[in-house]
Amino acid sequence: MTTTVEPPELITPEEPDGPDGHAPGTHGGHDEHAHHQGPTGILNWITSTDHKVIGKSYMITSLVLFFIAGIMALVIRVQLADPTSSLVSFQTYNELFTMHGSLMLYLFAGPFAFGGLANYIVPLQVGAPDMAFPRLNALSYWLYLGGSITMLSGFLVAGGAASYGWVAYAPLSNAINSPGAGADLWLMALGLTGFSAIFTGVNLAATIFYLRAPGMTMFRVPIFSWNMLVTGILILIAFPVLFGAVVMLFCDRHFGTHIFTVQGGGVPVLWQHLFWFFGHPEVYILALPYFGMVTDIFPVFSRKPLFGYKGMVFATMSIAALSTGVWAHHMFTTGVVLLPFFSLLSYLIAVPTGIKFFNWIGTMWGGQLSFQTPMLFSIGFLFAFLMGGVTGVLLASPPVDFMTHDTYFVVAHFHQVLIGTSVFAGFAGFYFWYPKMFGRMLRDNLGKWHFWALFVGFWLTFMPQYLVGLYGMPRRVADYLPSNGWTGLNVLSTIGAFVIGASFLFFLVNLWVSWRDPIAAGDNPWDGGGLEWFTSSPPPHHNYTHLPPIRSERPTWDYNHPEHRTIHTGQPVPVPADASDGKETVGAN
Amino acid sequence: MRVSAVFLAGTGIFFGVIGLVYWFTSYEDAGFLMLMGSALLGLLPGSYYLWWSYKMKPQPDDDPHAEVAEGAGAVDSFPGSSIWPFILGMGATFTVLTFVFGLWLAPLAAALILSAAIGVTVESRRGGTV
Repeated sequence: MTTTVEPPELITPEEPDGPDGHAPGTHGGHDEHAHHQGPTGILNWITSTDHKVIGKSYMITSLVLFFIAGIMALVIRVQLADPTSSLVSFQTYNELFTMHGSLMLYLFAGPFAFGGLANYIVPLQVGAPDMAFPRLNALSYWLYLGGSITMLSGFLVAGGAASYGWVAYAPLSNAINSPGAGADLWLMALGLTGFSAIFTGVNLAATIFYLRAPGMTMFRVPIFSWNMLVTGILILIAFPVLFGAVVMLFCDRHFGTHIFTVQGGGVPVLWQHLFWFFGHPEVYILALPYFGMVTDIFPVFSRKPLFGYKGMVFATMSIAALSTGVWAHHMFTTGVVLLPFFSLLSYLIAVPTGIKFFNWIGTMWGGQLSFQTPMLFSIGFLFAFLMGGVTGVLLASPPVDFMTHDTYFVVAHFHQVLIGTSVFAGFAGFYFWYPKMFGRMLRDNLGKWHFWALFVGFWLTFMPQYLVGLYGMPRRVADYLPSNGWTGLNVLSTIGAFVIGASFLFFLVNLWVSWRDPIAAGDNPWDGGGLEWFTSSPPPHHNYTHLPPIRSERPTWDYNHPEHRTIHTGQPVPVPADASDGKETVGAN
Repeated sequence: MRVSAVFLAGTGIFFGVIGLVYWFTSYEDAGFLMLMGSALLGLLPGSYYLWWSYKMKPQPDDDPHAEVAEGAGAVDSFPGSSIWPFILGMGATFTVLTFVFGLWLAPLAAALILSAAIGVTVESRRGGTV
């Protein structure tokens, strides 16, 4: 069925019940927008093209994969706690760290953000009835699910799953060094999930460019949606390169080409160029959405407008642009890359990131802070990402990189960056928007337990890894000698990993409690300012029956607090001639 | 429209400049070609939208003082429930599995993809429940 969507009606502060007498969010059965015609049950799930259903499917799938990959991490940590452990064989260990990295990076951190939360929240934030291409959006999810199952099925075939690390460096990944169907399944899974990401990127960009509500100019779009737009463009730059590289590698493995083999006149380092031209933007595809989440969360829990809105937008753009020019800082030790170029550009990324930190702190400065769960996770993100970022600046220096390349120092660095973003900020966003998505609250006390256990476990796991890396422990080893002196630090790290694992039990209990004993959330439990808080929780089919006048980047706040409207610099400051004449002043703003 | 066009074209120009700098400092062809590809990715749609933005009248979503009522008329047409994305996704999955496990999977993959291609076309043309 094709539905032609009429625009929502205007609702003004002096008519709080709306023009036809019912308040926003209270949509009766007579309301055609609230009525969704279509199949029910599992067929509804399979055939749905609603961005809210697809977003939830994405989130649930990616969280399941997150837990699977987390259990792999615990097995890895148990193996490393004892120098000569034989918990798993070397081959299994290689498969475990490969699949841990692949699941976390390709199948959790990206899809959770751009397929899950963004899919659900971006159309709400810009006032759109759905994503621009709903069936393409559904196809993205099915490709993602197919790719995830394909990748995991590597464990079921003879020879086991892929075991060449998540970066699949040539020539380790060729047919001689990595035979077996598991490696092929891994490559094919990347092809499927890569296209899934490309379609989502197209969808996000088109939605934000062309489906904004009237008055929602580009510079009023919330930062989360801005970041998703930039992420969408980055996806379009990065993922096609990955797909090309995967096809080339597959041809090398099966069709007798010699693109990455020296013997046939190929260049193994070319794989690294192609992979990291995808891989470094990918790092920011994983980071920018989460930056956006905390940028939307800080103002709400500081009860202030965002400090430096345009600065945030331009910082996001600069980070994204620079991230595409720094791929070879992963290849310093190959000896064939231009060190000054990549080192300089890598250092430069610290500048827009610093602007972001400045603005986040500026947003909190002087605000009425309330430390509810989403705010705690966002602050945890600041600390975690700062530590990961600062060590990243160290690694951008070629001499330091030569020292620490392929040691646990690098492992600790990127885990702190990625857990800072995809876990701390990701769960901040999840706790923040969960009431909007399900119409019920998560418990705040359990959320705080989750946060503090995660926060303690995080530092306990990864700070020892920096040290053990500086003492020389290489990545991707399944055992080491007791005389190396790395045992104590590894035991600490393993204990920390189990604290992180335990922290997610609080999360699961929280979900269970909220499912069994729901507390109704209402439309706007946090008194948020973005447009998404204006509609009901969960939103009706096609999202909005009414829209407020959009005169700033937080229209819902302006509507709910007309006495504290967001006043834009550069625009005439409204002079309320008559306090009772609300419509005039809103129009003049 | 104007902001989107400038955003895309600006992306393209940035990568063009960086690509040229990269070429003349390193003479490394893989990275240069990828940067030039990124430049085209921004410039092609960006210049097209820029051209259109001068021909179109300003849209209500770009007008800072637009009233909600200015969005009058249909926002867009959205498809209802459709089984075909699922069929097409499964077809794509079986296609890649064909490359791993052999040609015996190819008929299944081709059947799924063909039926999805026909189904989604018919569905769009009819505009009704399929």
